Amino acid sequence: MVKIKNLCKQFDTLTAVDDISFQVNQGEVLGFLGPNGAGKSTTMKMITGFLTPTAGTVTVAGHDIVQKPLEVKQRLGYLPEGAAGYPDMTPANYLDFVAQIRGLRGQDKRRRIEDTVMRVNLESVLHQSIDTLSKGFKRRVGLAQAILHDPEVLILDEPTDGLDPNQKHEVRTLIKNMAKEKVIILSTHILEEVHAVCSRAIIIADGQIVADGTPSELEAKSHYHNSVTITLRANQDKATEVRQALLNLPNIHKLETLIEDDSTLSYQIFPEKHGSIIGEISQYARTQQWIVTELHVDKGRMDEVFRSVTTSV
Amino acid sequence: MRASLIWVLFKRELASYFATPIAYVFIVIFLFLSGIFTFHLGNFFARAQADLLPFFSFHPWLYLFLIPALSMRLWAEERKSGTIELLLTLPITITESVLGKFLAAWAFTAIALALTFPMWLSVNYLGEPDHAMILAGYLGSFLMAGGFLAIGSCMSALTKNQVIAFIVTAVVCLAFILSGFPLVLDFFSGWAPQIIVETISSFSFLTHFDSLSKGVIDLRDLIYFFSLIAFWLFTTAILIEMKKAD
Repeated sequence: MVKIKNLCKQFDTLTAVDDISFQVNQGEVLGFLGPNGAGKSTTMKMITGFLTPTAGTVTVAGHDIVQKPLEVKQRLGYLPEGAAGYPDMTPANYLDFVAQIRGLRGQDKRRRIEDTVMRVNLESVLHQSIDTLSKGFKRRVGLAQAILHDPEVLILDEPTDGLDPNQKHEVRTLIKNMAKEKVIILSTHILEEVHAVCSRAIIIADGQIVADGTPSELEAKSHYHNSVTITLRANQDKATEVRQALLNLPNIHKLETLIEDDSTLSYQIFPEKHGSIIGEISQYARTQQWIVTELHVDKGRMDEVFRSVTTSV
Repeated sequence: MRASLIWVLFKRELASYFATPIAYVFIVIFLFLSGIFTFHLGNFFARAQADLLPFFSFHPWLYLFLIPALSMRLWAEERKSGTIELLLTLPITITESVLGKFLAAWAFTAIALALTFPMWLSVNYLGEPDHAMILAGYLGSFLMAGGFLAIGSCMSALTKNQVIAFIVTAVVCLAFILSGFPLVLDFFSGWAPQIIVETISSFSFLTHFDSLSKGVIDLRDLIYFFSLIAFWLFTTAILIEMKKAD
């Protein structure tokens, strides 16, 4: 369990992290979102003990990072955004080194390394020096080092950065499989990742938390939440009639025209106060016997929430 | 302080010296130069004495520019490449890390020193040297190298830039060498109380190395080197800890 209380970090005149507090429990995967320079990496560096907080506390599994750094670091696996490992070492040697530092020995060490190498698919580059590896492989070496000792807590700074879609999928699956017994905090710029992997998301901007909730809760804040997109096969001269009819339905806030041409009419309809209007609309479409080719409800756009929440600070 | 972890880091560091040309270049240059200095500048043959004093007398000057080349990468390289973030988030204390890296660098210079054994063979072939004296000389040189390295480790922790680390290390080491010179001491003996002059002279590498190279193993000289090394390594650890707040 990771507890952050009133955490602050000041660099000379720059306040990188400004009084943030949150808690993450076992089984949770927390996604850290935010513009570049918002304070995500700085927060992670403080949790892992690389930077000393200016104020506030970080507690991991009951141990304070400043008072008991070794106890925290033993229980933690960290994938930093920077270096994957010592450039002149091979993944094999590097993982062996990390395993030994973490107190693994003999058979146990060998088994763990083999297991980890298999999970992140490093077999093919195991004996190549790290500085010659592609970005994707470097990232995987870093990930391997983080999960090697099966830690209670994983802090991953942009774990899928630079990976191709297949590799992204593999890493996300790996994270999801580990989620049950661990606390996982990851930072990402990829909004689809939040839905794919995270059980909770925190948006940080200018060092402060501006949103905190499950991905669905965050999406519900979106302007687009519960808006309905409907596409009909109809002639253009029916357009005004259709628009009027839709606007007259209950709880409609506004209507946006997407397409109006010879054969297709497409509109996005926004409800009052994020209410559900899909029932009304589909009912009406059926009674009017419209030829509906597309009808769906928007859950909300993360990028739009992100933008509105981070640019108003 | 867990010796097992220091050993793990020590092994990694020492291996990394040999993974790049650094090791080979350093050793070759050290052997080559120490050879040239001894035989030509040191008048080894002309003085016709069966000892290695000419050999040892050049070590402080060789170390002055060779050891900063080794020590500059100790911490500055880690900062530059970002691997320091890995090292400082692993469950190893800063003290253990500082020691592991230092000992690896020291062991490496020991290897370079050991490879000068042909010198010993030569003087042994040409005459009947006092082996105990030569051994004391090697010990003194090894300790002095440790002193240079400890200073270098500290300067390397100060900056990300290896060139700056090199230059500052060389300057500080030079100050330590020169503080035993008559030229420097005379400057102070004119106006400073005797105790100050003696203190300054006691800081000098040369003063302590000199007696060791002449075969005198005085406890005070050993204490000098070990406390010097301890002081600079301690400062290194403090600096690294302080920089975490930055």
